[in-house]
Amino acid sequence: MEARFLLGFLLLLSLSSFAFAIYEDQVGLADWHKRYIGKVKHAVFHTQKTGRRRVVVSTEENAIASLDLRTGDILWRHVLGKNDAVDQIGLSLGKYVLTLSSQGSVLRAWNLPDGQMVWETDLQISNPSNSFLHVLGNVKSGRDSLSLVCNGGSIRAVSSIDGLVVWKKDLSVDGLKLKHVFQPPESDTIYAIGFIDSSLIALYHINAKTGELLKHATQASSVDLSSEISAISSDSLVALDTSRSNLLLIKFMAGTITNHKLPLSDIVQDFSGLAELIPTKSNDIFVVKTPSNVAFIKVKGDNEIELIGKADEAGIVSDSLILSEEEQAFAVVHHSNNAISFQVRINGREALTEGIKIEDHRGHVKRVFLNNYVRTDKSHGFRALIVMEDESLLLMQQGEVVWSREDGLASISDAVVAELPVEKEGGVSVVEVEHTLLEWLKGHMLKLKGTLMLSTPDDMAAIQAMHLKSTERNKMTRDHNGFRKLIIVLTQSGKVYALHTGDGRIVWAHLLTPLLQSESCPSPSVLTLRNWRVPHRKALQENPSILLVGRCGAGPESHGFLFIVDSYSGKVLETQILDHSIAEVVPLPLADSSEQKLHLVIDDKLNAHLYPRGSDALEVFVREMANMYYYKVENAKEVIKGYAFKKGCSTGSSAYCFGTRELWSVVFPSDSERIVATARRKINEVVHTQAKIMTNQDVMYKYISKNILFVATVSPKAAGGIGSAAPDEAWLVAYLIDTVTGRILHRVTHQGAQGPVHAVVSENWVVYHYFNLRAHRYEMTVIEIYDQSRADNKDVMKLVLGKHNLTAPITSYSRPEIATKSQSYFFTHSVKAIAVTTTARGITSKQILIGTIGDQVLALDKWYLDPRQTANPSQEEKEEGIIPLTDTLPIIPQSYVTHTRQVGDLRGIMSFPANLESTTHVFSYGIDLFYTRIAPSRTYDSLTDEFSYVLLLITVVVLIVAILVTWAMSQKKDLQEKWR
Amino acid sequence: MNPSLSFLSLLSLLLLFSSALSFQSDELPFNDDDEFEGVRSSPGSASVAPPVRRRPDLDISSASDSKSLQFSLEHSLGDSEFSVAGTFTARLKSWTHGAQTLTKLRFTRNAISDTEKGLFERLLEDDDFYTIRIPSNVLNPSGKDYVVSSVRARCLPRESLDEHFVIHTDGVNVLSVNYGSAGGCQYPRPLKSPSKWSFSSYTVLKNSEQAPRTPTFVEQIIASENALEEGLQPPEKSFWAKYWMYILPIGFVLVNAMAQAANAAAEDQNQGGQPSQRAPAVRRR
Repeated sequence: MEARFLLGFLLLLSLSSFAFAIYEDQVGLADWHKRYIGKVKHAVFHTQKTGRRRVVVSTEENAIASLDLRTGDILWRHVLGKNDAVDQIGLSLGKYVLTLSSQGSVLRAWNLPDGQMVWETDLQISNPSNSFLHVLGNVKSGRDSLSLVCNGGSIRAVSSIDGLVVWKKDLSVDGLKLKHVFQPPESDTIYAIGFIDSSLIALYHINAKTGELLKHATQASSVDLSSEISAISSDSLVALDTSRSNLLLIKFMAGTITNHKLPLSDIVQDFSGLAELIPTKSNDIFVVKTPSNVAFIKVKGDNEIELIGKADEAGIVSDSLILSEEEQAFAVVHHSNNAISFQVRINGREALTEGIKIEDHRGHVKRVFLNNYVRTDKSHGFRALIVMEDESLLLMQQGEVVWSREDGLASISDAVVAELPVEKEGGVSVVEVEHTLLEWLKGHMLKLKGTLMLSTPDDMAAIQAMHLKSTERNKMTRDHNGFRKLIIVLTQSGKVYALHTGDGRIVWAHLLTPLLQSESCPSPSVLTLRNWRVPHRKALQENPSILLVGRCGAGPESHGFLFIVDSYSGKVLETQILDHSIAEVVPLPLADSSEQKLHLVIDDKLNAHLYPRGSDALEVFVREMANMYYYKVENAKEVIKGYAFKKGCSTGSSAYCFGTRELWSVVFPSDSERIVATARRKINEVVHTQAKIMTNQDVMYKYISKNILFVATVSPKAAGGIGSAAPDEAWLVAYLIDTVTGRILHRVTHQGAQGPVHAVVSENWVVYHYFNLRAHRYEMTVIEIYDQSRADNKDVMKLVLGKHNLTAPITSYSRPEIATKSQSYFFTHSVKAIAVTTTARGITSKQILIGTIGDQVLALDKWYLDPRQTANPSQEEKEEGIIPLTDTLPIIPQSYVTHTRQVGDLRGIMSFPANLESTTHVFSYGIDLFYTRIAPSRTYDSLTDEFSYVLLLITVVVLIVAILVTWAMSQKKDLQEKWR
Repeated sequence: MNPSLSFLSLLSLLLLFSSALSFQSDELPFNDDDEFEGVRSSPGSASVAPPVRRRPDLDISSASDSKSLQFSLEHSLGDSEFSVAGTFTARLKSWTHGAQTLTKLRFTRNAISDTEKGLFERLLEDDDFYTIRIPSNVLNPSGKDYVVSSVRARCLPRESLDEHFVIHTDGVNVLSVNYGSAGGCQYPRPLKSPSKWSFSSYTVLKNSEQAPRTPTFVEQIIASENALEEGLQPPEKSFWAKYWMYILPIGFVLVNAMAQAANAAAEDQNQGGQPSQRAPAVRRR
């Protein structure tokens, strides 16, 4: 009985480590969460007299958000799916935000104040193309207003109140592309203008209430028409021809169309190159942007045209803003050095010019959205929303930047971790110490009160606030536990940010690509970043640095460049434009004498270039070259190839350039398999235990190889989405390949399974996630690999006598005797990303970090995925902590590391070790960023922050006093005894 | 079977085979049921010219559902061009559901020529790679796609040159060939020449395993839990096995206490004398 009780207790104890969760008041202690929106592409201002002034934006990351115009805070935000790009946004009825997305096939209305979705309509468009949305303000059908969505040759009128399609008109003309829809005031007729095959102009009159076609007319155009048009009044519009050097003025009155060709060079002197039309709203003015300037042109009478204003530098021009019947304003923004000049032109004449200083790490202006307000003196004031090259968003008003948002962080493409500087000795003043001592004592008294349950709610709040702004965690120095680090991230725009793990603040940010822009490097883009120098024994005094690698052009054959950047300050230490292309950067586990890590840059001709350039780096590399291998997965050809390096390369005679030679290849049959996922172990992962003890006291040795590559292939039919293939046509093959010899170590086929496949490899196991078509559920499979060749080392006598092969070097050329164990489980969620926790020494048990469909990160203990499980575990197995085999992996709500937060559009999870073995950092990124520290087996090696040192101190003092008192008492008593 | 009889039949088969080479019959030369087999190329039958390769489409066997086909192994010594080094023979089995699989793989190595021997010795000296390749599509080797595999030449020599092929196939496609020594390969690799300049080859054909279906056993668990409750009691343990964790500390405490008691007794004895010594001192004051 007792034994069973004890067993139960043990089980409970082992289970207690599964349940990792934090208390409510611990939120924000170690974690932080930042919300972003991404690069803004549309903006609609909502500045009514009453209520909050706000701007509704849609972004390249498919987010729609409402921002407070005063502060830039997000009022609400929605992230649409990956395939649901927003085409256009608009306001309707003054209270709804309309969004047209998925190439014009989905129309949604969102409530402006709180962002609730009001309705959604699938417009069932058969051939999605460039659609546009037109909100009609004055269709008098009750209180409703119609929104028109035009797609090619069809128009749909959607009610703004409930999203019902009121009428639908298919003009069924081949090649018709509607360009503009408008409704003259006080009229029930809608005019729709389009081009047929870029040579005919067509005009349709449609009844606004029923969609009935009233009249139509076509007219041949004198030039080939491009897609850009600009409506300039209720009966005319301007179009550009395909050569972008001629204007066509189109007038349509009373059902007839006239068009008139106007060469741009007649209007704008010194015109050359390609022109661009800026969309305008009305009153006979349109804007043409040429490579050298911006021209404001007015149409007068019949085919008469007049240049009414010209901005000499070509800047970024905003859309038009209608001030009144007569007036129309545009913003033109130029960029020079680290300032921008912001110019507002009303009807072409200059109304306002402001110069604004801007940090130079933001790059050039990319987009401008103009808005006006009424000043205290009743005149027009202007504010503008500016999107910069680094995707940040600024609001400008009265020559100042009111607020800025670093929305580039919504598109992180790569991240590495760097150490902070070591704390300097001394230099702390006495006053500071006294102050902190007092604070420290006060804090601990508060904590003590909290512990003894004597504190008032006010005290509780003070304790909480103290926790949150603990200065300790935001220091710019390295700490003993390794909790404070810098996360250096690279964004899609090529900007590099250093974030502090304490509170997620930006320590430094740099946009490096403008530094390179030149003839030899026309369009630089950064591809990846790597650690270049990591603080380490000898290099402890040197600043760590990172390597940024990029390409000068779009094609894979364009030349590459390197930056070496100081991790502490973001200062560029070295810039180099390479004379070869970049296909891949391979970090090597070697370093030269100054502790710079060696990197091989593989170019598109499969030559390997060694960096850093230096004789000792070369020496180190050449010494190890015979043991270096490289593999390449060619997804397009379904081939994986392995290479060795040899001296002398095909393109030059540089000593740092090495040739490659093909050693092995694996060719997947293209008619039955497609590579969908590959995964490999982290290069710096540490494995603590080589052996695993089985329940029958048997020892299995883990097959630990750094060269294991996991490859998943699916049948070509099943390469599409779920539902594209029948279960009989779908299969998934999982491979484990040794990348040195190309040996297939293990190969297993899952019938009826298909992607998307997400996999993670660690130690001697791989876990992958896929969809099972037969069971209609997601599945996760674990494969563990064991080394049989070392199995005889179990004999203790052999170990004692030294007759074991544990210390013998392992070579991939030996035929491995491996055994695999595997087990599959159902898993409820689909997965966006998968990772595994890494700790400093690999002792702590592992957790698999799963980015779920709900944009949260779930930490699943590796225990649950254990091939040793059986349905009826024996007593011994239970004692080992092996849980009974279940068909479904449990999802415990407390094990979400993101607790209540969501990481919008989660794309990646990164785990990196702290110095404390029990703890690991988790950084997940999508549109949002979330960082936290987790301890997969609880913090067994440190006291928590909650620990009250004062209580301990007081206890010790009390004990000492008690000892002294009792000692004195006993002395006294002793003496009295003796006198008796 | 009578051993002499089997020997005779083997001899006749060999005869048949040799005659088949000379007049290019399309009859299937072998017909046994082993999945894989090592064939040692004998140094005696060394022929300078490589054996004539037959086109696979000519290899139509009498059986309607299976036919024999051949494909060649090519090797490269160091940086040299690939040249034919041996021939694989396999049978192509057609299943009723249309799939085709390769079975009964057999391998014949060509004898090593003197130039090749020289090249191989150089490889051994340089610790360079010995590379082999076979066509990835054995039905129509277009000469484009090969699966390649390499090994450090120093891994091969033993008595002779021991090689081991594992050919991973998927139906009729060869995904990959794993090539290496038959056993382990030492590291660092010592320079060692084989005593006999011939290859002894072992070939294995591998197909993909099927993953077991994910277990679904809600009922089973319930049943097993019930079973556990009722009948399946664990075997009763001995008294010591059950209570050692209690007995051990109690024993320890007891031993400690006893030792302390003994000490105290000894001290008492010592201290018993002391007051008598001290008492006069007090009185002296």
